[in-house]
Amino acid sequence: MAGSDHTAQRVAEAPDTVKILIAGGFGVGKTTMVGSVSEIIPLRTEERLTSAGLGVDDLDGIEDKNATTVALDFGRITISQELVLYLFGTPGQQRFWFMWNDLAVGALGAVVLVDVRRPKSSFAAIDFFERRNIPFVIGVNGFHGEHPYSPEEIREALALPEGTQVLLCDARERKSCRDVLIALIDQLIASAADNRA
Amino acid sequence: MSPQRSATASEVSGGDAGGRLVRPFALTGGRTRPRNEFTLITVVSAVDPPPARRGRQQPEHARILRMCGKPIAVAELAALLDLPMSVVAIMLCDLLEAGRITVHPPRVVSPSQDIHLLQKVRDGLGRL
Ligand SMILES: Nc1nc2c(ncn2[C@@H]2O[C@H](COP(=O)(O)OP(=O)(O)O)[C@@H](O)[C@H]2O)c(=O)[nH]1
Ligand SMILES: [Mg+2]
Repeated sequence: MAGSDHTAQRVAEAPDTVKILIAGGFGVGKTTMVGSVSEIIPLRTEERLTSAGLGVDDLDGIEDKNATTVALDFGRITISQELVLYLFGTPGQQRFWFMWNDLAVGALGAVVLVDVRRPKSSFAAIDFFERRNIPFVIGVNGFHGEHPYSPEEIREALALPEGTQVLLCDARERKSCRDVLIALIDQLIASAADNRA
Repeated sequence: MSPQRSATASEVSGGDAGGRLVRPFALTGGRTRPRNEFTLITVVSAVDPPPARRGRQQPEHARILRMCGKPIAVAELAALLDLPMSVVAIMLCDLLEAGRITVHPPRVVSPSQDIHLLQKVRDGLGRL
């Protein structure tokens, strides 16, 4: 269906796009992770709070412009000429969470990053994806490359649903971040295969 | 479908009052709409050659057209223009109604049917 029809006017062939969200509390390393795997330096786009859904009618009447925008960081991984993966770092602060609803629409899934030193800061993110049945994996970002806790201990501390993958990672390392993304995709492939069977 | 609804985007742009809103072509101010046509990862491309009736244009519209000579995602446009997504979406609406861009919506993924797509993503990540 997509991009294959030929019209009178010449239009460059557009790739299909998919997205994965990188979520977690403030300062857990979301932007760092996006930057580690992205082929472009993370770009930043702003959204005004009243129009986060891009479907809101009125951009006027906003008094304090500074207080009403929220920044989104994102990166890109070109899979092939026909397929591009975008990674969106979700805004960390709780008050911006309504934006996540829009961001989550159509997402393949999410990586919830956890800072080992303060795992509770990612509770709310886990809750968000769990409630909406959006597939996710946990990436435990060992600041300073240290992982004092095992995946099992993290799983317990976060009261994760059974079967949730917990991966120890380093948000600064490309390969490490890539492996977390692959774990998410493998999980999606496995459940897709299950649904078929 | 009513005749108004079936009017093409470029017909509507000419000031045709045909059922859909015809808005002033200002960058800000007095904005109504847009629908959910443009998500962050919607890809837009300039139509080449442009249609005969181009409609009125702001410099920002011309800038966007230059930037989407090659297909580009809306989020990237917004970042490069340093404008809020919602503002970019409105300008893209203008361009769409003027028949100057085409819109390629994101891939709708239903995991149970899309093993093939997921496999492609996986292979791509494996190459990183
Ligand atoms: N030492 C160390 N610093 C990190 C790591 N990940 C992120 N940081 C730093 O922690 C700060 C917050 O990271 P950032 O990616 O902006 O967090 P975000 O709020 O989740 O986007 C930044 O100064 C990063 O450079 C890590 O694995 N180790
Ligand atoms: Mg950040």
